[in-house]
Formats: sequence, C-alpha cells, structure tokens
Amino acid sequence: MATIQSIQDEIIEDFGMLDGDMEMTIGYVMELGAKLPELPAQYQTDDNIVKGCQSKVWLHADMNKGKVVYQADSNTAITKGLVSLLVRILTNQTPDDILNADLFFHEKIGMNRFIGTQRSNGFAAMIKQMQIYALAMKAKINQ
Amino acid sequence: MVDAAIDIQEIRKQFPILHQEVNGKPLVYFDNAATSQKPQCVIDALTHYYETDNSNIHRGIHTLAERATTAFENTRKAVAKFLNANETEEIIFTKGTTEGINLVATTYGRKFIGAGDEIIVSALEHHSNIVPWQMLCEEKGAVLKVIPVNEKGELIFEEYVKLLSDKTKLVSVNYISNALGTINPVKEIINAAHKVDAKVLIDAAQAAPHVKLDVKALDCDFMAFSAHKVYGPTGVGALYGKRDLLEAMPPYQGGGEMIKDVSFSGTTYNDIPYKFEAGTPNIGEVIAFKAAIDFVENLGQENIAHYEDELMAYANELLKEVPGFTPIGTADKKASVISFLIEGIHPFDLGQLLDAKGIAVRTGHHCAQPLMEIFNIEGTVRASFSVYNAKEEIKYFVDALQAVVKMFK
Repeated sequence: MATIQSIQDEIIEDFGMLDGDMEMTIGYVMELGAKLPELPAQYQTDDNIVKGCQSKVWLHADMNKGKVVYQADSNTAITKGLVSLLVRILTNQTPDDILNADLFFHEKIGMNRFIGTQRSNGFAAMIKQMQIYALAMKAKINQ
Repeated sequence: MVDAAIDIQEIRKQFPILHQEVNGKPLVYFDNAATSQKPQCVIDALTHYYETDNSNIHRGIHTLAERATTAFENTRKAVAKFLNANETEEIIFTKGTTEGINLVATTYGRKFIGAGDEIIVSALEHHSNIVPWQMLCEEKGAVLKVIPVNEKGELIFEEYVKLLSDKTKLVSVNYISNALGTINPVKEIINAAHKVDAKVLIDAAQAAPHVKLDVKALDCDFMAFSAHKVYGPTGVGALYGKRDLLEAMPPYQGGGEMIKDVSFSGTTYNDIPYKFEAGTPNIGEVIAFKAAIDFVENLGQENIAHYEDELMAYANELLKEVPGFTPIGTADKKASVISFLIEGIHPFDLGQLLDAKGIAVRTGHHCAQPLMEIFNIEGTVRASFSVYNAKEEIKYFVDALQAVVKMFK
C-alpha cells in the first residue's frame, strides 16, 4: 500500500505537469472530482456535511481491516475534485497514520493560488473532519 | 454604438489597475457592485495629501492643518452639491453606507422609536440595511416589517402601502438592489411614507455611481452612500440628513470633534455635522473622495447611466445564446447588474473558472441571504458593469461562459 507521503509526491508530480496554468489546473481538479466514486445517497445526510465549507461537502468514513475508507461528494465540481485528492491520500490508511500525517501537497501545488482563501478554509475543514473520523475509528479499535 | 459623450478608451486610460494581466489573461473587472476601481485623479489626490498636506484637521492653526481642513471641508461641499442638499451641514462623513445606516438606527432610532413602533425594510435589502434595524427592534420592542418582492425581483408597491400605518416610524430601502440591480421607485416610496408621517432612509450605495441623486427632489429624510462604489477610496462615505432631524438626534459616538465643552460635571455637544464625527476621520480618503465626485460630474451621470444601459443591453442580448443561462431578477427598471445561474453549474465553480480567464465576478448570496431564500437559491453569479467597461470585455465574458458550459457537457 502506498504511503501518505508517496501519494502526495505523486500528486505533486501530476500537478507539476500542468505548469501552473490556472485553467488547466482547475480543469484537472474537476476531472479528478468527476472520477470520484459516487457517494451512496444514504450518506448524503446533513450529519455528514463538513462544517466550514462554503460549498456542500459530504464525507463518510468506514473501517476495513483496520484501515479507514473515506467516501465523499460535493455540490460543486471544483470542491469535489479537492476532496477527491484527500480521499486518494487518506483512504486505506490506518487511523494512526492519518492522525500523524504531514499533509504538505496542497502547499507544494500552490493550491491557495487557484482556489482562493475561502475554499482553502473549507479544505482545512475537510482535513479536520477526516482526522476526527480517524480518531473515532482509533477509539473503536482500542475498545 | 458608443455614446459620443463617453470615450471608453480615454476613460480606461485613467484607471491604471485595468491594464494588467490576471492569471495570464487581460483583467476584466465585473465586480463593480462590490467596489469600483479608482481613476488616477483619486489616487493622485490621496498621494498628494500624504506627500504635502498630512495633518490633523479643525484644531490646528498651522499651515498644513489649514490646508488639510480646507480640503476636507471642500469635500463636504462637493458631497452636498452631489446630493443636491440644502446645506453643507447636512452632510456627515462616515466610514460608508453601513455606518450611515447604523448611525441613524443608533441615534434617531434610540430617541424616536419605541415599543410597538414599526420599521419597514424591503426583501431586496443588503444585510447592512436589515441587521441594524433588527438590533434596534430587539432593543426597543419595535417591529420590523418587510416589503415583499415579485418573481421579477421588484418590490410589490401595493403590499408596501398596506404595511404603512400610524405605527410606521421609519422606512429604509435601497435605491438600487446590489444583488439584482432592481431600481426601486424611491420617490413613490417616500411620498407614501410621508403620508403616515414616517421618515425615510435611502440606501444609495449602488445608486450613487449610476443615477443622479437629488435629496431635495426625492424629499428623503436620510440618504447614505459610500465613496468606494463611486470611484473613491474605501472606508469613507456620507450620510445626508435633514437639518431638523440631525439637530434633534443625540450624538453617535463620544470624543474628539463632537464636543463643544467637556467637564466632569457635563459635556455640551458640537453643532451638526461635527456632533456626529467623533475622533480623527479618514482625512486623506475624504479629500480624495472629492476627486471621485469631480470625476463623476465631469463625465456626467446621465452619460454614465446611458453608457451603462448600452452595456447592459449588449450583455443581455449575447447572454441569451449561452445554454442554460437563467437571469435572477428581471425587473423592468434595472441598473448595470446581471445576476444569473447556468443550469448544472454551481456559481462557485463558474466564478473560479472565470477568474482563471482573468474575469472578476462576484458569486454567492451578495450579503442578501433573505432575498436568496425567496428565490430558493444559494446564490448567484453577479456581473456588474461600470463606465470603464467595454463591449469587447462583455464579448470575452460571454465567450468564456460558453467555454465553461462546454467543459461541463
């Protein structure tokens, strides 16, 4: 299984090929979102909405063999692409790895520049929510 | 056809900010309803003050204080003329429209509005013209009434008239809606309110750059607007109030210019307008505000309005061709604001993709959440035009929208 570090390196490399072109970068983010597996309707509940995002983002987490499996969706195409990156990095990782993760890819790809401050705050809220899920999973394992 | 009175290339030359690339594309600035860009004369006036006249005003006897005070008070005269006020003393400098409304709510409201009294706003209002009244109503036990809008985003005048009664003490409405561009029939609104002896505040924030303001002809009791939407600096605005009302109102904040004499046994307050201008004001910005007014008056408000109407007509024609384009707010009388949605594309995505093409538009609820609720939408994309916008920019914008629509297919 690829590590959080190595997946982030892959993402940085992928974005590097876009050469900082704003339109191409946003287009690519939207493509990533379009490929995100559909979040079953039963998980698109108000309880699963990430607080702090301007757009609607639904986030659901399950456990599979000691690893956390995230599923997500959003009502905006760009945000869906952003959350898909987090799902790619953090899904199938252990709760400890998620909680200890050093997430650096968004700074390296200059995400603030192409999504602006408000969406960046929403992005931080998504990470926080994923960590809260990981913490809950960890508590469940330790019971 | 461009109106002969507006030489668009000549005007654009005066706005240095417009001549830049954003995200590798020439900037197209269509967020004028949020704030306008500043011509060189305004930037120069601000720089000149800080380079040559910087000084505190009114109390100093030295030359710099004298120059600064004169320039500051010249702006007051210019604003009085701009609004066609009877007297210069009827103009109070504020931080902007929001502070103007808060000033009236705080001072006039506290003194003259009591339990059971009614205040009327409209469903078209910006939060700044809702929340101060809600706060006052909560404090005083007064009641806030709301004029409803029709499906075109126009005030329903008959419903307004039904809300008026001898309990109505104040009506506060915008002249032009920031979210939809609807131009309200303010003269009729004022006349109807005066029949029940209610006072009227006009929020002219969006109107100031687009229509000739005339407090005398309108006979409004208060009018508030901001410099930054009329090509002037941020953090500065003006509140007009009829002399007798301003004199009857208690001061707003304590300290500085608002006093005549202070002792621990009591304080006497200064005359209007100084009674409402506590502390050191935004001197340089107030001075540069006059340059902005001069800019507007030199162009002529009728010419500006005429040119912006042409831009609107051109945009509306081209936008019809964009698949899924849905205008929000289709009032018969509208200023240069086009609020819209495109089917299947979230406004945030649209705003972001336009930004990538160098086009600045506003997305979201435009600080008018109650209005968005009425239309049952989260928000819109808003393109708002100004006198320095060109038809070529509108064409580029519509082409960009077409390209975005293709991306989503």
